[in-house]
Amino acid sequence: MKTLITLNINGDAREIYIDARRSLLDILRDELALMGAHRGCDSGDCGACTVIVNGQPVTSCMMLAADWNGAEILTVEGMAKDGQLHPIQRALVEKGGIQCGFCTPGFVMNIKALLDENPKPTEAEARAWLAGNLCRCTGYAKIIEAVMSVAEESA
Amino acid sequence: MTDALIGQRVPKLDAPSKAAGKTIYGHDVRLPGMLHGRILYSRYAHAKIIRMDTSRAEKLRGVKCVLTPKDNPPHRFGYGKDNKPFKDIARSLRDEIAGVVATDADIAEEALSLIEVDYELLPNIFSPREALSEGALLIHPEHKSNLFQRYNYSHGDLAQGESESAVVVEEKFLLPYVSHVCMETSVVVAQFDHRDHLTLWSTTQIPFLLQRDLSEALGIPGSNVRIIQTAVGGAFGRGLDIYPYEPIAALMSRKTGQPVRVAFSREEEFLAGPARQPAEVTVRAGAKADGTLTFRDASCMLDIGAYVSWGTVTPLVMMETTASLYQVPHARFTADCVYTNNLITGAMRGYGNPQSTFFIETLMDRLAEALKMDPVNFRIMNANVPNSETPQGLVITSCGLKECLEAVAASADSARMNVYPERSRRNEGGRLVLSEVEGMTVTANIKPSPFNLQPPHIKRGIGFASTLNVGGGARIYRSDGCGATVKVDDFGHVTLVTGSTEIGQGSETALAQIVAQTLGVKIENITVLNSDTDIKPWDVGVHASRTTFIAGNAAYLAAVDARNQIFETAAQLLGVGVDQLSASAGQVTVRDEAGKSISLEQVARRRHFKEGGKVILGEGWYDPPTQLVDKDTYKGNISAAYGFGAQMAEVEVDIETGKVRVLRLACANDVGHAINPMAVEGQIEGGAQMGLGYALTEELIVKDGKVLNPDLLDYRLFTSADMPIIETRIIETDDPGGPFGAKGVGEMGGTPTAAAIANAIYDAVGVRMTQLPMTPERVLAALDEKEKRARV
Repeated sequence: MKTLITLNINGDAREIYIDARRSLLDILRDELALMGAHRGCDSGDCGACTVIVNGQPVTSCMMLAADWNGAEILTVEGMAKDGQLHPIQRALVEKGGIQCGFCTPGFVMNIKALLDENPKPTEAEARAWLAGNLCRCTGYAKIIEAVMSVAEESA
Repeated sequence: MTDALIGQRVPKLDAPSKAAGKTIYGHDVRLPGMLHGRILYSRYAHAKIIRMDTSRAEKLRGVKCVLTPKDNPPHRFGYGKDNKPFKDIARSLRDEIAGVVATDADIAEEALSLIEVDYELLPNIFSPREALSEGALLIHPEHKSNLFQRYNYSHGDLAQGESESAVVVEEKFLLPYVSHVCMETSVVVAQFDHRDHLTLWSTTQIPFLLQRDLSEALGIPGSNVRIIQTAVGGAFGRGLDIYPYEPIAALMSRKTGQPVRVAFSREEEFLAGPARQPAEVTVRAGAKADGTLTFRDASCMLDIGAYVSWGTVTPLVMMETTASLYQVPHARFTADCVYTNNLITGAMRGYGNPQSTFFIETLMDRLAEALKMDPVNFRIMNANVPNSETPQGLVITSCGLKECLEAVAASADSARMNVYPERSRRNEGGRLVLSEVEGMTVTANIKPSPFNLQPPHIKRGIGFASTLNVGGGARIYRSDGCGATVKVDDFGHVTLVTGSTEIGQGSETALAQIVAQTLGVKIENITVLNSDTDIKPWDVGVHASRTTFIAGNAAYLAAVDARNQIFETAAQLLGVGVDQLSASAGQVTVRDEAGKSISLEQVARRRHFKEGGKVILGEGWYDPPTQLVDKDTYKGNISAAYGFGAQMAEVEVDIETGKVRVLRLACANDVGHAINPMAVEGQIEGGAQMGLGYALTEELIVKDGKVLNPDLLDYRLFTSADMPIIETRIIETDDPGGPFGAKGVGEMGGTPTAAAIANAIYDAVGVRMTQLPMTPERVLAALDEKEKRARV
C-alpha cells in the first residue's frame, strides 16, 4: 500500500509514493538519497538522524513519513549555502568538534534548532539541549566550544 | 621549518565533508543489484541444532536464498581458529545458525522467523570458575580444556618483596562487560566479481589482516580479496578482528551472484558485537616505610565467551600495567582466559589497560593512605623515569610521568580549595604552593575561591591516577610495520598513500601535516589515500595508539625519499649542490642565494618530461625496533616508545542517593610532541567520556548469557549534560624515535579515569569501590557496609 505525499525538503518540493510504514529517515536515506541523516539506533535515543521539521528538531527515525505530507523539512544537506558551509558547520570543523563524524549531522541540526530558539545560550543550556545527541569520539568539549563560538559571533 | 605545520591546530581534512553530510559511511554504500542479508542467531546459549527447515522462508516472496551450516567452507577462522560462519552447535546466544538474503532487509527479517529449528539443549556454563572445574563440559571439545590460555609472568622475588614491605594491601575487583558503542553499527557489503574476486566494503580497523583472515575463512586466495574501508563511524577496537558476519556476507554474495549488504541493528550490535571482557581480579601490593614500592601480585580470571579473538591478548597489557607502571622491583601477574557460553569479547580502546589501571591505581592509593603519604608525592617518588628499562624489558626513552602528575596536582590545588578549606595551601602572592608535598615546586596561578558550602549530604573529594601506555606501536604480530608512498604531480600536488587507516581519530590529518612539513608545501596541497588494500601498502592495522608513531614515521620516510628526488633534479636545474637546497612554500630554494629557486611543479615536470625521465615517487616502510614478547617469560620491549598520563578527578558524592557527580577531570598526557594539539585534546576528551562511562554508568548486564540492556536508554553513555569540566594539559618530552618527537595518545584518555574517580570517592566518603561501574546502588551499599562496620 503506497501513499503519495509531498515533502518540501531543503526548499525543493519532492512528490513521492511511499510505503506508509516507512519512517521519515527511511524515506530520506533510501528513497531520496539524502544520506546525511544517520541511523545510529532507530529508536530515537542517539540523535544522529535529527532533522528539522516545520521548525522543530526531530529524530526522523521515530516519525512516519506519511504523517508529514506538505511539511517543510531541513536536513544537513540544506545547511550549506552557495557552496559555503553554514557557520555551525564551519565552527564544528574549526574547533575540532568532528572526529568520526557519524553524529555530526544530527548535532548540526540540533544546534541550529537551539540557536534559532535561543541565540545566546549559556553553556549549561547548550549542554542540556544537546543531551539527546550522543557522541562517542569527542567527549562533547569541542562541540560545545563550537556552539558557544557561533553564539558569540552572531551576537 | 618555515611553514611550521607541526604543532598547529589544523582542522581535520575530512571534517568539512562530514559536517556537510556528504561523507560516505558503510551504511551509505549502495551498489546496483544490492541485496540484503539478515542473520538468525541461536535461541539457546548452548545447544545442538538437530533439525532445520528453511522451506517456508525460501518460499517468501523476495527471498533469494537461505544459508545454513551446510554452506560453510571447511575452514575455521579467528584468533583461536575456533569459529565458523554458521554453527551446528550453538555455544552462545550470539551464534549465527542461518542467514537469509532478500531484496530488502524487512523481507529477510520476516524470513528469519519462518525458519524452523529444533534444538537439543546442552548444559550451560556461564561462569569461568565453573568452566574450569573438574569434569566441566568442554565448550570446544577439540581444545581439551575450557582454559584457552594462561598467562604467567613474574620478575624479581615476591617473597623478598613482601618481607621488605612495611605495608601490604590486598583487594578483590570485579570488572564488567562494556561495549564500544560506536555511533555507526557494524556493516559490510560484499561483492564477488566475474573473476571470482571478493570486494568487501568494511568498517574494519585491520584491512590487511582481515584480507588474510577472510581468505582463510572462505578458502580463497588472499590475492582475490580486496578490502575497501568506507568512512568509519567509530571503531575503538571493535574493528580489530574478523567476525562471522563478514564471511557470511561473502558467502551470501557468492551464492546469489549479487552484492549483499549486512547491517547490524543497534540491538544486534549490543548482542552480537564484541564486548570488553569481564574479569575477577585479586591484587596484593606492598611498599617500604619510606614509600618505595616493593612488590605487586595480580591474578585475573577473564571470561572470554564462546569464541576467542584478539581480545584474548589483553592480559599482555594488564601485565604491563602491573609490572611496569611505576618502578616495581618484584611482580607477578597471572591471567586465565576461559571459554564460557557467554557473549564474545574482543579488543576495546586501552586493550586491558583501563581494567588493570583501575585495580593497580586503587591499590596505589591504599598504599599511600597506609603510609600516610600524599598520594601525588608517593606516585612521583616511584614514577618511571626517562632512559630506563623496566624489569619486564620495556625500554623507556622519553617519560613525562612526573610532569603529568605535577600538572594534575597543580590543578588539584584549586579543587582542594573547595574540598578542604581547612587544609588549603600557603598562598604566596596569588600563587599557591603545595606545601604538604615536600620538595615539590608545583605552583598554580589560581583564584582562591571561597569555600563553597555544600548541603551536608553532599561530600566532595579528589583522587589521582596515572597511566602507562604503549606509544610507539605494539608488536603483537610478527610485523608492526606500515608502508607509505608520496607522489608529487605536475601541479605540485602531493598524494600520500598510507597503509594506515582513518577511523575518525585524525590520522589522515596528522600524516598530511608530517608530509607537508617535510616537503614544504601547504596542507591544502596534500591528498591522503588510505582506504583500499588494492592501492595502499601493508599495515598491521589501527590499534595500540600506534598510527601517529608508526604510520607517521613511514610517511616521513616516504616524504624524505620524495624530497631527495626533488632535490636531485632541482640541484641539476639550478646548478648547485643538493646540500644547498631547502623546500618551503612549494618552492625549492637555494640557501644563502636570495631569489634563486624553482617551483615544485616545475621540478616534477622537468624530471619526467625528458628521455629516461622519472616521476617523483618516494616510498617508506617503518617497522619499529621492538620485540615480540618471549612466549614463556612475556618479557621484551613491545613498543618503541611509551606514553604516560595522569588524571585528577574532583567528585561530589550524595550520601543519601549514592550518586557520584564528577565536577572536574584534569588530564595531563605525555605525548612526546603534539603534531596537532587540537586532535590530541580530542583524543583525551573523547577517551575521558569512555573512561567516565566505564567508571560510573556503562555496563552490559548479562544474565544466563543474555544481554538484558541492549539499547542506548538502558546502556548509559555520558551525554553532553553529564560531562564534567575536562582540563587537558599536553606534556611534551620529544621522543627520540617518534616523527617530530611524537608518541601515541589514542587510548590514554580513558585509562586512569575509573581509578581517579574511585580514589576521589574514597577521599569524599571513605569507601573503597572495587566493582565497576560505581553506580548509586553500589556506592550506597558500600556506605551501608562502612556504617555497619563502624557500629560493630
